[in-house]
Amino acid sequence: MNVNQQPPMASPYGQPQPGYSQPSYAPLGGGYPGPYGPYSGPATAYQPGAPQGSARGPPPVSTNQAYSQYAQGDIQNGPPPMDHSMAQPAQRPPVCQPYSHGAMNLSGPHPSYPQQYGVQPSMQQMTNQMSGMQVGSGPLTSAGPGYAPPPSSEPPISAAYSAAAPPSYTQAPHPVSGAPSQPPPPSEPAAPQPYYDGPPPSQQPPFPSSAPPPSQPFPSSSPYSGPPLPANPGPLQSLDNSPSHLAPSPAQQTFPNSAPPPVSQALYSGPLPPPDLALSHLPCIPCPVPCRPAPRPTPLPPGPMQQPPQPGMHGGYPTQQNGAFGQPRGPQPGYAGPQYPGQQNYGAVPAPTPAPTQKRLDPDSIPSPIQVIEDDRANKSSEPFTTGVKGQTPPLVTTNFQVKDQGNASPRFVRCTAYNIPCTADMAKQSQVPLAAVIKPLAMLPPDETRPYMVDHGEAGPIRCNRCKAYMCPYMQFIEGGRRFQCGFCSCVTDVPPHYFQHLDHTGKRVDCCDRPELSLGSYEFVATVDYCKNNKLPQPPSFIFFIDVSYNAVKSGMVNIVCQELKTLLDYLPRENPEADSVVRVGFVTYNKVLHFYNVKSSLAQPQMMVVSDVSDMFLPLLDGFLVNVNDSRMVIESLLDQIPEMFADTRETETVFGPVIQAGLEALKAADCAGKLFLFHSSLPIAEAPGKLKNREDKKLVGTDKEKSLFQPQSGFYSNLSKECVAQGCCVDLFLFPNQYVDVATLGVVPVSTGGSVYKYTYFQAEMDRERFLNDLRRDVQKPMGFDAVMRVRTSTGIRATDFFGSFFMSNTTDVELAGLDCDKTVTVEFRHDDKLSEDTGALMQCAVLYTSCSGQRRLRVHNMAVNCCSQLADLYRNCETDTIINFFSKYAYRSLLNTPTKTVRDTLVNQCAQILACYRKNCASPSSAGQLILPECMKLLPVYLNCVLKSDVLQPGADVSVDDRAYLRQLLSCMDVSESHVFFYPRLLPLVKLDGGSLPMAVRNSEERLSKGGVYLLETGLYLFLWVGANAQQELLSNIFGTPTFSQIDPNMTSLPELDNPFSQRLREIIDSFRSQRSRYMKLMVVKQEDKAELIFKHFLCEDKSASGGASYVDFLCHMHKEIRQLLS
Amino acid sequence: MATFPEFIAQNEERDGVRFSWNVWPSSRLEATRMVVPVASLFTPLKERPDLPPIQYEPVLCSRVTCRAVLNPLCQVDYRAKLWACNFCYQRNQFPPTYAGISDVNQPAELLPQFSTIEYVVQRGPLMPLVFLYVVDTCMEDEDLQALKESLQMSLSLLPPTALVGLITFGRMIQVHELGCEGISKSYVFRGTKDLNAKQLQEMLGLTKPTAAQAGRGPQAPQAPLSNRFLQPVQKIDMNLTDLLGELQRDPWPVTQGKRPLRSLGSAMSIAVGLLECTFPNTGARIMTFIGGPATQGPGMVVGDELKAPIRSWHDIEKDNAKFMKKGTKHYEALASRASTNGHIIDIYACALDQTGLLEMKCCSNHTGGYMVMADSFTTSLFKQTFQRVFTKDVSGAFKMAFAGTLEIKTSREIKISGAIGPCVSLNAKGPCVSENEIGTGGTSQWKICGLDHNTTLAVYFEVVNQHNAPIPQGGRGAVQYVTQYQHSSGQKRIRVTTTARNWADAGTQIQTIAASFDQEASAILMARLAVYRAETEEGPDVLRWLDRQLIRLFMFHLRRSPFLQVFNNSPDESSYYRHQFMRQDLTQSLIMIQPILYAYSFNGPPEPVLLDSSSILPDRILLMDTFFQILIYHGETVSQWRKAGYQELPEYENFRHLLQAPVDDAQEILHSRFPMPRYIDTEHGGSQARFLLSKVNPSQTHNNMYAWGQESGAPILTDDVSLQVFMDHLKKLAVSSAA
Repeated sequence: MNVNQQPPMASPYGQPQPGYSQPSYAPLGGGYPGPYGPYSGPATAYQPGAPQGSARGPPPVSTNQAYSQYAQGDIQNGPPPMDHSMAQPAQRPPVCQPYSHGAMNLSGPHPSYPQQYGVQPSMQQMTNQMSGMQVGSGPLTSAGPGYAPPPSSEPPISAAYSAAAPPSYTQAPHPVSGAPSQPPPPSEPAAPQPYYDGPPPSQQPPFPSSAPPPSQPFPSSSPYSGPPLPANPGPLQSLDNSPSHLAPSPAQQTFPNSAPPPVSQALYSGPLPPPDLALSHLPCIPCPVPCRPAPRPTPLPPGPMQQPPQPGMHGGYPTQQNGAFGQPRGPQPGYAGPQYPGQQNYGAVPAPTPAPTQKRLDPDSIPSPIQVIEDDRANKSSEPFTTGVKGQTPPLVTTNFQVKDQGNASPRFVRCTAYNIPCTADMAKQSQVPLAAVIKPLAMLPPDETRPYMVDHGEAGPIRCNRCKAYMCPYMQFIEGGRRFQCGFCSCVTDVPPHYFQHLDHTGKRVDCCDRPELSLGSYEFVATVDYCKNNKLPQPPSFIFFIDVSYNAVKSGMVNIVCQELKTLLDYLPRENPEADSVVRVGFVTYNKVLHFYNVKSSLAQPQMMVVSDVSDMFLPLLDGFLVNVNDSRMVIESLLDQIPEMFADTRETETVFGPVIQAGLEALKAADCAGKLFLFHSSLPIAEAPGKLKNREDKKLVGTDKEKSLFQPQSGFYSNLSKECVAQGCCVDLFLFPNQYVDVATLGVVPVSTGGSVYKYTYFQAEMDRERFLNDLRRDVQKPMGFDAVMRVRTSTGIRATDFFGSFFMSNTTDVELAGLDCDKTVTVEFRHDDKLSEDTGALMQCAVLYTSCSGQRRLRVHNMAVNCCSQLADLYRNCETDTIINFFSKYAYRSLLNTPTKTVRDTLVNQCAQILACYRKNCASPSSAGQLILPECMKLLPVYLNCVLKSDVLQPGADVSVDDRAYLRQLLSCMDVSESHVFFYPRLLPLVKLDGGSLPMAVRNSEERLSKGGVYLLETGLYLFLWVGANAQQELLSNIFGTPTFSQIDPNMTSLPELDNPFSQRLREIIDSFRSQRSRYMKLMVVKQEDKAELIFKHFLCEDKSASGGASYVDFLCHMHKEIRQLLS
Repeated sequence: MATFPEFIAQNEERDGVRFSWNVWPSSRLEATRMVVPVASLFTPLKERPDLPPIQYEPVLCSRVTCRAVLNPLCQVDYRAKLWACNFCYQRNQFPPTYAGISDVNQPAELLPQFSTIEYVVQRGPLMPLVFLYVVDTCMEDEDLQALKESLQMSLSLLPPTALVGLITFGRMIQVHELGCEGISKSYVFRGTKDLNAKQLQEMLGLTKPTAAQAGRGPQAPQAPLSNRFLQPVQKIDMNLTDLLGELQRDPWPVTQGKRPLRSLGSAMSIAVGLLECTFPNTGARIMTFIGGPATQGPGMVVGDELKAPIRSWHDIEKDNAKFMKKGTKHYEALASRASTNGHIIDIYACALDQTGLLEMKCCSNHTGGYMVMADSFTTSLFKQTFQRVFTKDVSGAFKMAFAGTLEIKTSREIKISGAIGPCVSLNAKGPCVSENEIGTGGTSQWKICGLDHNTTLAVYFEVVNQHNAPIPQGGRGAVQYVTQYQHSSGQKRIRVTTTARNWADAGTQIQTIAASFDQEASAILMARLAVYRAETEEGPDVLRWLDRQLIRLFMFHLRRSPFLQVFNNSPDESSYYRHQFMRQDLTQSLIMIQPILYAYSFNGPPEPVLLDSSSILPDRILLMDTFFQILIYHGETVSQWRKAGYQELPEYENFRHLLQAPVDDAQEILHSRFPMPRYIDTEHGGSQARFLLSKVNPSQTHNNMYAWGQESGAPILTDDVSLQVFMDHLKKLAVSSAA
């Protein structure tokens, strides 16, 4: 959809939705706050904001609170109430300060506040002006004008953003707002007020001192602003786009004009401030537009823009759908909310008036992920998704739907970035839309879908194309009466073996077509023959070996005890294919510190025997018989062992550990047993004992942010990559559970797990009572989950495209075969395709992913997934059939991998660039003509900016000060094998308001922004790794009683890890929801209760990804403005 | 005065010393002409139940270079309370404790009958005995079972305070931690690697007791004298018994055509290392039980391919034994480490094929350890020999002693050339060390890590007195043997033997000297020398040297003995025989060289007969004792009678008695000998009769059987010359070659 950035920014503010009266602010503020979060001060600031948002009336209160919180710092500018003017002046200073601080992270936050405040005022002013001016564009202008003038350069910047963004959205917003909740109502007046109220106070404090500082900030933060503004583009643009949503040159003015500045500053600072220079700058750019103070007047133009929105609003939602069809028109004239409206935009572009009233970029007016998700859910979850039609875009990952396999692989197995791919490489290059498939070969299916059928083609093995070796699939064309078939991939003709012959019916299909899964389904399995086995020998059942660190730290944290206790029962749940039968997986046990202790648990022994190998420099397996045993045979001995391990090492004083030899030992064991298998390592510390693979502590925070940052992600030595090569050759998959108290060098320790298809789990500062559940659930799942061993995956494609790049946890010794020592049901491999020839629209493109693996019962199998997509010669078709979630999945994996070799900043820039190009290409080639100031997004990708921003803001790409190198390395590796659904929630967490929990459905999520939080509410946030239960300070007593069993906010124990089991429907339902969330993810999410204004809230706020982040990540609004600017640059 | 034979016997009885000459030629020149050097066979721990140990320490000569012990040969001035050292003539004050000394109140060490006396050192802690079992698990279940039983049995023979340890090995080496509750622990090492003591110490997590404790002195004794791997028998008796009971055959698969991988070299290295860092300079036995050759890692003697047989003498001569040198080097290094710390290495090799004793011999030879060779752990040869290791004397103490050192002091006219026996040099230079080395020379002190009542060293001397500096008439040369050792009770003891012999001028008293010649001792001394040279030099040269040196009956048999002849013996067997020869006392050594042959018949009481083929008669039962074998041979007729079962008939009871007589005699020998001999009961034409036939003098062969009397004896199919021919040739030589 298109988001036209129109001046109307103002509108947004006004419209803020229900919850957030101030949403507009909030967003901004939110963004900042997050970051600031750390500081108490900031936090409060937010709150105030929030409160304000919630109730305009309340503002005062909030303000008070805010103050109080701020109290410290902020001088209470009692003044808050003060006039804007007043405030402004004050504000500026503060702003400045912030910046100065800005240098420091902390300062960052402050600024934010002030900014916010400032903003608010500015907003107000703006709004006023805007409204007046309207600046729909006004905002832009406003930014420019309003902000610009007033504030110093900085502000302008921010303003610019706000302004810019708003405009476009604003319009939309109006509509949106209107449509949804409080449309227009928020009318300017209302909104403003709150703002004023709230903001002023807070702002003031900061400002006071800041006055002088401002200048400083400007330089730094606003470099752009300064230049840009002047530069002009602003003006030009603005001129061009009269409506140009971007705020006019305010910036320039701002600089000059001190007076206005305050406000503007505030605004700008808010957005731009601290964080990303880049981003912030960007905003500045927009400023140019705003520059024109004049713009304000222009607002009108924007107005028009806005108008469209309105229309959009009406049809808004629908439009979206429409949008899908034809971008051009539908689009929303709208602005984000607009999106919908956007569609109309094209058409309606002019319409805009409504917006004018409110000038700011209303967060509600920009594309809302929640809206998109809800719409998709509403439209697509009712009917089963049938895969028979080529090139269909499946429902979103957030939608519950049933799949009927009719010839293409279910989206649960394969998701593509685009289902209609360009015919030529040129087109693909032009669009910059990545062509990739995210494949989860062994994905678990819901109970109501059948797992892939097993096909046995007899002793000769699966039937394959003679040339390209593609496996029999629905795309093989039978000819000559069924005696031969033509390969859909390479067109080669192959004889049908006699035992497979079947006659064709009048349509040329085999008559047994429907009886054979391989001829009618997208996913199925073949029984592999001995030719497909290593050394031409049928495989042995796999083995699981448990390696338990028994060094001091591991024992002390309680880990050893927990693992040993758990294993006693867990061993009964080893994976098996027939639930009736016992698992054939054999198990072995090793404990280690700086030496390894192997255990002989042969069933004939009365007691286990421990064999210590202290010669770790040259690892070997000290025993053969009795190491790997069948659980049932040796149950007594194993239990005795697991009972004794904790006792034996209870008094250990050994602190050093080894790591390399541990894996080597497992490898040797599997070699000796001649089987594949999985090693479970429970490890606590950096392996510094003298042994191969010894590591040193190289954590150096100083490198973060420099060009050398990448070295932190690279393994310390080549030892582990060599080792993983050997592991893969043997089919030895390594799963690593880390319990570190300090740096353990995840980047290096993770090499083997990542290359062998294993997983890394990390429990930092593991405490038995707090983390036990999480760890045990992870372990249980990890042990029980279905998986394949010693797997090789090969992706074949039809002529014209080719798999060129792969992402995930695996090893590749050549360019085509993905080797996975282990492949479990959660592991995803992302494959990128490139053209090597022209494709035809008639035939489309085919892809076949074949995975050869050994099942947990020791059977060799081939799982085949087929996928056909359309090809297009029109870019519009491409843009209509993309899946943003998948694109983001691909982009994030690509970016995270690039970190290894490229400076982080470059990676981020590249990402932004590519997205800008994608969107610019769309704008240029597919969107209906409209003013350049309009941001038009394809329907399918209207969430691209928000998601991309989330990727850019992630801890990996933009770490906060408290994010350790290990955490980043961990997340980096984690993401590499995430499927789309996981990556989606990982980047854009799900935030549920816990209101009425009746019925089977979930409450509708809200957007991840602080301003959406109501102080009186309780929210559940799911990030894919954690669950947060945020409790507002004013939450209703009844609600609290229902959830916690206590009516008082202060009595809630923030350390609880599970909710009390209360006998009321609300509590039950809530726990059900939590359980169901947990069951959907491959990792157990620990529940953390966050009380508003509690310290822990900072962590929580970190996940409010539409807000500005503490680490400097831009808010959604700001980022959207930035994207717009980038796009415009590309277009111009 | 008694005759020389009496004198010799008396001396041997009292002091355990036999000299080749009992009157010494008084100058170097004369001594050299005597061909057989002045030398002695000395049995340091000659069993002397009548000799009570003295509970104080010896009085030493105050001269630093001398330090000889006060002895009955010293001149004492009772009034001045002085004594003169008879080696360096230093005059010494008696220590204060001897204040009451007088003509009539003499300390024991001054009484002539105490020329050999044993002191008990009171200082220092009682050291525990340490027994470390090193057990091969690559063997047939039956063997392993027998071995396990023997080992379990041995636990009951150890004193309760003795420390025991267990190392098992196959492809891997396991050092078992003893006395742990519940889970049994062991440290595992791969057998392809040699670890030095320091590495081993780290890997086993042992802290070195010496460094820390030695500094603190008095506290040292308090330190626990055990560790996780070596624990008192009383404490871990049950545990170890169970552990042994659970011992399994090495589980690693052995494919067709391969030998099991046996990490013997590393296992021994680890055993040595373990003791090295836990009990240095303490008596300890490493008892190694092996069922085959080392096939991997350091010290391997053969590859694991069955198609490549283990080296034979032939290969060695052709320099075609590729593992031998390296292996030998490894074991020599081990032997040297062990002996430095006073540890004994025993080897019990039970296999049908060779096990690499040739390479490993130094481990036993240098440390005074036992070497036992048998076909299987199931044989009584092994079982009883092993049991006999733990025999006790009347006082209930083991007959073995540990960590001994032998120091020899001589009077000025004579110096020490060297010693041959189970000892290593301590490199103690001194005024009484000769420059001419014979055997292990260049020192006046040797370390004998393990010794028992039979352990006998040959010590060679050199008369250095110049011809022109005659020794006054009646002068005597004195030799003092000071043996310090750890008694099996843990006490440290010192046994001092002081002997003296008269000097005689060879020019004037040649008869006296000749009369004092001890033929048997000389023979053994020369034989030792010969064997020593055979070990260290090429075979034929030794025989030639021997032929030139001395020739008598013994030499004929010696030439034919397995000690010098390698024909028909594997390298391991040669090593084994030589090992035994080098440590046994004179009597036993004589038997080894010239087996004893007794004849039993109806013609009279049992009588010794010539070791000659003519002694093999059909109506005789022969009993041959070669030390290594006890063989009963039934002559052709006797054998037929026996087969006919006459002994069962009451009227032929005399025949039954005849049959029983040699068996009883054999049992007697079997019971007293260590190692237990192989007991063979055979008859005329039996395959085992070859043992007899190979020993007897081939006076009748297929070449001359018709020349000699037809009636008697049995022809021997050999090309060897008979004694007769040998002697004839010898006479010719003796007469003709003056030069």
